[in-house]
Amino acid sequence: MIREAMEMPPKGGFSFDLCKRNDMLVKKGLKEPSFLKTGTTIVGLIFKDGVILGADTRATEGPIVADKNCEKIHYMAPNIYCCGAGTAADTEAVTGTHNFCSLSRCNQHVPFYFICLFSANFILQWLFLDMVSSQLKLHRYHTGRESRVVTALSLLKSHLFSYQGYVSAALVLGGVDVTGPHLHTIYPHGSTDTLPFATMGSGSLAAMAVFESKYREGLTRDEGVKLVSEAICSGIFNDLGSGSNVDICVITQGEKEYLRNHMLPNPRTYISEKGYSFSKKTEVLRTKITPLREMVEVIEGGDAMEE
Amino acid sequence: MLLGILGMNSLDCTPATNSLIRSEADSQRTLYPYVTGTSVVGIKYKDGILLAADMGGSYGSTLRYKSVERLKPVGKHSLIGASGEISDFQEIMRYLDDLILSDNMWDDGNSLGPKEVHNYLTRVMYNRRNKFNPLWNSLVLGGVKNGQKYLGTVNMIGVHYEDNHVATGFGNHLALPLLRDEWHENLTFEEGVILLEKCMRVLLYRDRSAVNKLQVLFSLCGIHTSRLLGNCCTV
Repeated sequence: MIREAMEMPPKGGFSFDLCKRNDMLVKKGLKEPSFLKTGTTIVGLIFKDGVILGADTRATEGPIVADKNCEKIHYMAPNIYCCGAGTAADTEAVTGTHNFCSLSRCNQHVPFYFICLFSANFILQWLFLDMVSSQLKLHRYHTGRESRVVTALSLLKSHLFSYQGYVSAALVLGGVDVTGPHLHTIYPHGSTDTLPFATMGSGSLAAMAVFESKYREGLTRDEGVKLVSEAICSGIFNDLGSGSNVDICVITQGEKEYLRNHMLPNPRTYISEKGYSFSKKTEVLRTKITPLREMVEVIEGGDAMEE
Repeated sequence: MLLGILGMNSLDCTPATNSLIRSEADSQRTLYPYVTGTSVVGIKYKDGILLAADMGGSYGSTLRYKSVERLKPVGKHSLIGASGEISDFQEIMRYLDDLILSDNMWDDGNSLGPKEVHNYLTRVMYNRRNKFNPLWNSLVLGGVKNGQKYLGTVNMIGVHYEDNHVATGFGNHLALPLLRDEWHENLTFEEGVILLEKCMRVLLYRDRSAVNKLQVLFSLCGIHTSRLLGNCCTV
């Protein structure tokens, strides 16, 4: 009877078991791996017709670059995107499958118990932004209307506040809805700001220096993209925690453009011209392809959703 | 009884007892800064060196002094700018005055150039740090001697280097990215001043201890003394 009760799944919310274990380990003299405001430069700005978000693509685990080309601009709704700094930035696929590949990458560099420390935070992050985009989708079905940026903002901030800063996500949320273009920053403790231009992450000062000297109201799309690229490049080259490439997302009324790897200012400079030849290959004896499932056409009937 | 006291000393050194025992020794060395200046920014331009700093002296979170000159000429060829503890900067100026005086007493036609002064300051800062009694400053040292421009920096732990553009404190994070992007070899005087003003403006926006009153010094090739450009207020 008692055993059954113990094996019941937890009711939800944050389980603090690992935190107790971490405290115990620290007391015994274990040096905690630090993952402060991890390497990132994320920026957003409002231009004439909408919002432009930008991010670098380096994911760090302490002093090591874990992912040279990760995606930090996450999908919230068709008209709303969110850049994430902090542990959120270490994940590649926040909106969809939980990517355990990045966990296994940890294995090579970091002993096992550290992974548990990371994973507790990682899993939270994935669930978090994924959760909010799912909540927005349900809300869209329920109301039959396009999501508004302030809705995403309220969902994100109330979630972060309830975790009192333990979910270390610093976000730049931007989008265009019926009320116009909006840009917000959200801090790990749940406070928000509404700004015409914003930067977050360890490279935020370098990027903000560029914005403060060059931003003006009423930028055109090309000027805005150029300014965002400059700000991210400033973060990439002047901050050690940021690097690799520049991702940009331009959101305007009714359309969005996700420019993945818009700029690649850090290409591999030396590539062997000979190429790589591997001596012994596995022989292919036989090839057989079995489709697992047949494609079935579903014809939609029924009424359209009421307004 | 005696054993008990010894036992307490070795095992029970609480911070309270520690500070009583150590307080005399601590009053002999700098533990934290009190009146501080914020960033200094310096660049080389076509004809020489430009340094800029604001004129604020903060006492913690209070803006206590608003006309502190944190940039000073040194000898015939150099300029020095300091951020950090103002009293330690005043002490450094006394050391430098003695240094320049002794140099002049040789009366041999030679004078200490910026490279020499920078080296002297590096030794002073590093030796003080080794005695756990640092001069709590980050210094920028620039000048022109015999047509050669020199711009270097040294901080309270003795880290020193020279470069075409340097900054201390918050200037490292906010001004250096701008300088790295926009500095080039043949800046004219006007372009240099505009660039420095841009950096100081961003610092005013984003550094809480910055004030809106600037001091700019420049050092020219071929001219022996450096001149105070002026105290200007920006909005």
